[in-house]
Amino acid sequence: MDKKIKLAIGLGSTCAGCDIAILDLKEKILDLASLAEIVFWPTAMDFKLSDLERIGKNEIDISLYHGTVRTSEHEHIAHLLRERSKVMIAFGSCSCFGGIPGLCNLTSREEIFETAYKETPSTVNPEFITPQTETTQDGHHLTLPELYNDGKALPQIVDVDYYLPGCPPAVELIERLLPIITKFLETGELPPKGTVIASDKTLCDECPLTKENKMISKIFRPHEIIPDPKRCLLEQGILCMGPATRGGCGARCINALMPCRGCMGPTAEVKDQGAKMISAIASILGVENEKDLSEDEVEKLLNQIKDPVGTFYRFTLPVALINRRIKEGG
Amino acid sequence: MDGFEPKIIGFCCNWCAYAGADLAGISRIQYPPNLRMIRVMCSGTIDPLYILEAFQKGADGVFIGGCHLGDCHYMAGNYKTRRKVSLVKRLLSQLGVSPQRIRLEWVSAAEGQRFAQVVTDFIGEVKELGPSLLNQEAARHG
Repeated sequence: MDKKIKLAIGLGSTCAGCDIAILDLKEKILDLASLAEIVFWPTAMDFKLSDLERIGKNEIDISLYHGTVRTSEHEHIAHLLRERSKVMIAFGSCSCFGGIPGLCNLTSREEIFETAYKETPSTVNPEFITPQTETTQDGHHLTLPELYNDGKALPQIVDVDYYLPGCPPAVELIERLLPIITKFLETGELPPKGTVIASDKTLCDECPLTKENKMISKIFRPHEIIPDPKRCLLEQGILCMGPATRGGCGARCINALMPCRGCMGPTAEVKDQGAKMISAIASILGVENEKDLSEDEVEKLLNQIKDPVGTFYRFTLPVALINRRIKEGG
Repeated sequence: MDGFEPKIIGFCCNWCAYAGADLAGISRIQYPPNLRMIRVMCSGTIDPLYILEAFQKGADGVFIGGCHLGDCHYMAGNYKTRRKVSLVKRLLSQLGVSPQRIRLEWVSAAEGQRFAQVVTDFIGEVKELGPSLLNQEAARHG
């Protein structure tokens, strides 16, 4: 094929696991290389921001953006890519829902600076000097991107055409992009806007484990129990986000007997992943003898869930209904 | 705070708490008008989402009324409510919202007086707490 599409891969606050996931296509990466001319991918090749700035409007066919939008630079890259791309895909959980870096919404920029530049035992900073967006030193004008108070998902910043969730996206799902690109190249046709490249059902639908009787009375953290490899992890008392999480990942964590952490985000019908999971847990935890339990005993039961936000919104806090911590009553 | 009238969303089950509110009404028992009540078939149908959405849209408090434990019209709906509400309170307190802004009460259809009393009490408590910061946050972001 002579004609190639122009592909750009931009990034926000990311661990670059998404880049590795693309490389995990292994020999199929050659298919990608024959389909696409890569015009921007700073993690893998020597590209600078100016290379992206030089590209004209709508000149990029498809762009992927991974990572949370955390700084002014991330936002700048997101806007640049959007302006220059015909199709923009939110790639990975951070970009789709805010992801792990999105848990920064549990704290604030002020508190982060306080911890990182003052309180840590290895820090000596009596003047409490913190990063500034600009400074002049010996006649040199220096700038830094601004760290935002909130972490944001890509669709909260720019218009996004497609979503490819996962932390990182499963290779099988990335492979699904290739025929989409081929078709786009040959016919110019694209899937409907807003398509999520994953399953439409929950993870439980594709989970290989057997579900028998969903009632639990004790919660185990993964290191506290050796689970039965055939039985539903939630039924064994391990908090598994499967019931509130979109499938399509191939149940890779479950196959390693680790509970789902919810990286695929909620299904299309669900507005708030955490609320759905709370509902599910409340329906199965302490059901058996619910009529004999006193208020205190119920509280004790629920005390086993140590970190509700981190458990139920591990990847989706920035897109949750209540998406950051507020400070009430000090 | 002077002159602050909290906006409180109430979810009341059809069989007990809502009937209790009705009784309070026909008995002409007075209570402050801050409660905007929504009737649901069972307190167990209240999705945690409803509570979160109420706060997100600017409620200062959420009141949940169900049948007394053991009296649920659907056998065990209110046991679910008990666990759900407790989990939502934990979640909200981690997000900096005072759990006192949620009140779960069991009110039977015969307890009109009690309904008025717990609602009055809760409204007083939310008044003490002041306006929800989420409300101000929502206003700031348009």
